[in-house]
Amino acid sequence: MFWNKEIETLSRKKLEELQIDRLKKTVKKVYDKVPFYKNKFMETGIKPQDIQSLKDVTKLPFTTNDDLRANFPDGLVAVPKGQIIRLHTSSGTTGKPKALFFSKKDVDVAADQMARCLIMSGMTSEDILQNMMTYGLFTGALVMHYGAEKVGCLVIPAGPGNSERQISLMQDFGTTTLHITPSYALYLADIMESMGIDPIKDLKLKRAFVGSEPYTEETRKKIEALYDIDVYNSYGLSEMNGPGVGFECGEKHGMHLWEDNYLVEIIDPQTLLPVKEEGQVGELVLTSLNREAMPLLRYRTRDITSIIPGKCPCGRTHRRINRITGRSDDMFIIRGVNVFPQQIERILMSTQRVGKNYQIVLDALDDITVRVEISKDMFDGNMEHLVDLQKEITGKLKAEILVTPKVELLEPGSLPSFEGKAKRVIDKRKL
Amino acid sequence: MKVKQISIFLENKKGRLYEALQVLGEANINIRALSIADTAEYGILRLIVSEPDRAKKVLQKVNFVVQENDVIAICVSDQPGGLSHVLNILQQAEMNVEYVYAFVQKKGEKAVVVLRTEKLEPAIKALEKAGIQILKEKEVYCI
Ligand SMILES: [Zn+2]
Repeated sequence: MFWNKEIETLSRKKLEELQIDRLKKTVKKVYDKVPFYKNKFMETGIKPQDIQSLKDVTKLPFTTNDDLRANFPDGLVAVPKGQIIRLHTSSGTTGKPKALFFSKKDVDVAADQMARCLIMSGMTSEDILQNMMTYGLFTGALVMHYGAEKVGCLVIPAGPGNSERQISLMQDFGTTTLHITPSYALYLADIMESMGIDPIKDLKLKRAFVGSEPYTEETRKKIEALYDIDVYNSYGLSEMNGPGVGFECGEKHGMHLWEDNYLVEIIDPQTLLPVKEEGQVGELVLTSLNREAMPLLRYRTRDITSIIPGKCPCGRTHRRINRITGRSDDMFIIRGVNVFPQQIERILMSTQRVGKNYQIVLDALDDITVRVEISKDMFDGNMEHLVDLQKEITGKLKAEILVTPKVELLEPGSLPSFEGKAKRVIDKRKL
Repeated sequence: MKVKQISIFLENKKGRLYEALQVLGEANINIRALSIADTAEYGILRLIVSEPDRAKKVLQKVNFVVQENDVIAICVSDQPGGLSHVLNILQQAEMNVEYVYAFVQKKGEKAVVVLRTEKLEPAIKALEKAGIQILKEKEVYCI
């Protein structure tokens, strides 16, 4: 099913024509209306008319988090104040939040692309969405709410928390779809169990959209199994309208990114050049093509992903990105190779017999040491098994990062346990 | 006729071996035999102690990773060629020896040796058949 079949299945040629048209308009607009961009153009000697094809996008300046903060609150707004109808903020990890403004059209475009996502997952006007995200300055709940209203389904604006009320809402109104954080989805299943409620038999759930915090493929599968539902991965960021920038179709293989609204680039975060081939991993850079109040050129999302080459069987022509595997800020370079801690984490997670905690040490000789705790149960007193485990991890890591690491096996609990954004990389080269 | 040995996983951290031995000392557990197998990154401390079950518990209580294994303890004549004779018997029986280490103390004229083979039962049979004296648990723990 499609929300807007024409746009969603537009031929690549027509889609690219639409993109270049919108790119030119966006560039002209920010040049005329946003002094920050005009100054950037002057610095590099670029004129709006230099942008004639999609390839010319690389001539444009990047926009970063720091630029948003430096222009706080409204330095990047491109429309008269009277046209702004909504403010959202995005809290960064450091300092001031970023202020993001929406015009009436922006609110509508955000809702429209959200509606595409929802229909893509099989929703219809018969569905009942329980929106368990925080309503407020954060984009997550409101954009979902507006998108679901466009689809015409019943929206229950429950917000987060109060688990017993959440469960009774589900029971009383026959909720079919949840919008929820992954950790809350897991927690809620426990609560249901303790209340003697079987989410599979006693509820009418069909699907969930989980988000606003990172989660693994294993977590997705776990939630799917606990509730016997489909869980769809999605991608969004407040700087680009919030949720619904990218979304999975029924294939559940990558997230279609709405290319009529965004120009997608994948760059090497070190050289800032586009990756050489489609499919290579790098930092996602987005240019908004259809934002009125606050268009952004080449916004560095810091999210690491890759484009999935090839066509999707669902018929949509908008390209897909893989799940986000890390943040470009976390990247380090060892012997000339770009490495993300998440690559190492993924290998360790897929290895039986080791725990979840790890540490990466980079030393003066440009050697990398990966320290990982063994799991208590794996230790059988046999040295050979330890050596095999060490070899297995070393081999897998080498295949992934192309550098042979030294692997240290540690006793469980010997690494500091981290919460949230962990400092796992110790770079002694900088000391 | 198997004897309990405890194996402790040790990461490569200063003082970790000392800590393990101190825990046992404070619990009044006597160490009869000791061996360390290690790489640059980690190692295994193997011990024959007076009370293996209690030793395991006190070590685990302070977060050591501990495993109990069965091994064979035998008496070997304390003279040149004593041990190689035993190893020869096992080789003839096609038993793969994983490791071997000796007791701290001697029992009279004989040395006590700890052996671990891939399969214990057939090794015990081969040794018995060759007339090697195999020690019982009680004999070993209180040597
Ligand atoms: Zn698709």
